[in-house]
Amino acid sequence: MSRAKALLEQIHRITTQPWTLMEVCGGQTHALLRHGIDQLLPPEITLIHGPGCPVCVTATARIDQALTLAAQPDVILCSYGDMLRVPGSDGRDLLSLRAAGADVRVIAAPLDVLALAQRHPERQVVFLAVGFETTAPATALLAQHALAAGVSNLRLLVAHVRVAPVLDQLLGDPHCAVQGVLAAGHVCTVMGEAEYVDLAARHRRPIVITGFSAEELLAGILACLRQLEQGEHRLENAYASAVNANGNGAARVLLERVFEPVDTPWRGLGAIRAGGYRLRAPFDQLAIASPDQGSSETSEDCCPSGLVLQGLLRPNQCPSFGSRCTPDTPLGAPMVSSEGACAAYHRYQH
Amino acid sequence: MCLAVAGELVSISEHADPLWRMGDVCFGGVLRQVSLACVPEARVGDQLLVHVGVALTVLEPEP
Ligand code: SF4
Repeated sequence: MSRAKALLEQIHRITTQPWTLMEVCGGQTHALLRHGIDQLLPPEITLIHGPGCPVCVTATARIDQALTLAAQPDVILCSYGDMLRVPGSDGRDLLSLRAAGADVRVIAAPLDVLALAQRHPERQVVFLAVGFETTAPATALLAQHALAAGVSNLRLLVAHVRVAPVLDQLLGDPHCAVQGVLAAGHVCTVMGEAEYVDLAARHRRPIVITGFSAEELLAGILACLRQLEQGEHRLENAYASAVNANGNGAARVLLERVFEPVDTPWRGLGAIRAGGYRLRAPFDQLAIASPDQGSSETSEDCCPSGLVLQGLLRPNQCPSFGSRCTPDTPLGAPMVSSEGACAAYHRYQH
Repeated sequence: MCLAVAGELVSISEHADPLWRMGDVCFGGVLRQVSLACVPEARVGDQLLVHVGVALTVLEPEP
C-alpha cells in the first residue's frame, strides 16, 4: 500500500467527530486541491484556506505606490511575476502600465535587482519586495549587498508580511472556527518553532508544521487530528526534513539586522499588529516610505477577498467567482496569484 | 512565488565575507547561481532548498 493511502486510512480510522482545520499557506491550498485531498478526507473534516499568499495580502495602497513609481520615465520597477497582475485601487495593474510603455520587469531573485541597478546607473531601479519570512531574507541580503556596494540608484518598496502575527489575530477572533492549524513549512524553515509553540499554547489549538507533497500534507493532517481527538494542543513538526527547531540562524540574523516589525495593513484583513517588516537604520536609506503603514484598510466592495482570506467565505461562494472574476479577468488578488485560494478553486474544481 | 525548490549544490565560489558566498545549484539539469549566505554549512553534493535565489536549508538526506 502506498504511504499516502496508509495515511488516509489512519485519518479515517481516528476521526470520530467533525473538525475544522486551516492550512495557512496558499502553496498548500493548491496542493490539497490538485491532489484532491479535500475530497478524500472523511466528511467530518473541513479545510479552511488561510491567508497564506503574500501577493494576495499586499495592501492596495502599496500597489498604487508601485503603479505611480512605474509610470515615472526614469524608473525601472521590478517585482515577482505574480505582482504584475494585481489590480490597484483604480483597477490598473503593472502589466497594463508596461503595455503602455512603462519599464516594468519580472525578476526571479532579489539579488538580480542589484545587477540591474549596476547596469543602469542612469535610472532609478525600484524593487517591490513582497513575501513572507521565507522571502524576506533574500530582500535583506539585497539590502546588505546594495549598501556594501554603494549602489545609489536602488530603492526598496517593502511590503513583506509576517505570518505569526496574523495567525495570532485570526485565532484570537471569537468567530474563528479553526480548531487546528497546518503551519507553512517554508516559513518555519526560516523562523523555526518558537513563535508557533507560543501560539499553540496561547490559543489552545494544535499547530503542525507541514510540508507540501501529498504525503507531507496527509502526515500533517493526521498529526493535527490525532492531537484534536486526544484533546491536546501542542506544536508538532511534521516536516522535520526541512525545518529544525531553531529555524535558519543565519537567515534570522539577516532579518533582524535589516528589518524591524511594524503594524501593517493586509489587503482584506485590515491592520495587523507587527504584521509586516520595514527597513531599519542604516538600511532605511534604501526605503521608499510607505504612507499607509500603521493605517487600516478595508476590502473593496466588488471583491470580498477579506472573507476568503479569513476562511469565512469559500471562493466558489463568491458571487463573482467564475463569472465576472476569472484568472484572465481577476477582480481580486486571490484570483491573480498562483498561490491564491480563488485561483486554486478555479483551476482544480472546474 | 513563495515555494522553495530543491536542487544539488555542484560548486561553490568561496568569499571572505560569508554574506557573499555563492554556489551553482542544479535543478533538474538547469544550473543557477544561488546565494549560500544562509547555509554556511553547505558542501558540494548537498541537497539545498532554494527560494528566490537564496538557499534556506540543507535537506536531510533520505533515509
Ligand atoms: S472570486 Fe474574485 S472577486 Fe471573489 S473573492 Fe475571489 S478574487 Fe475576489
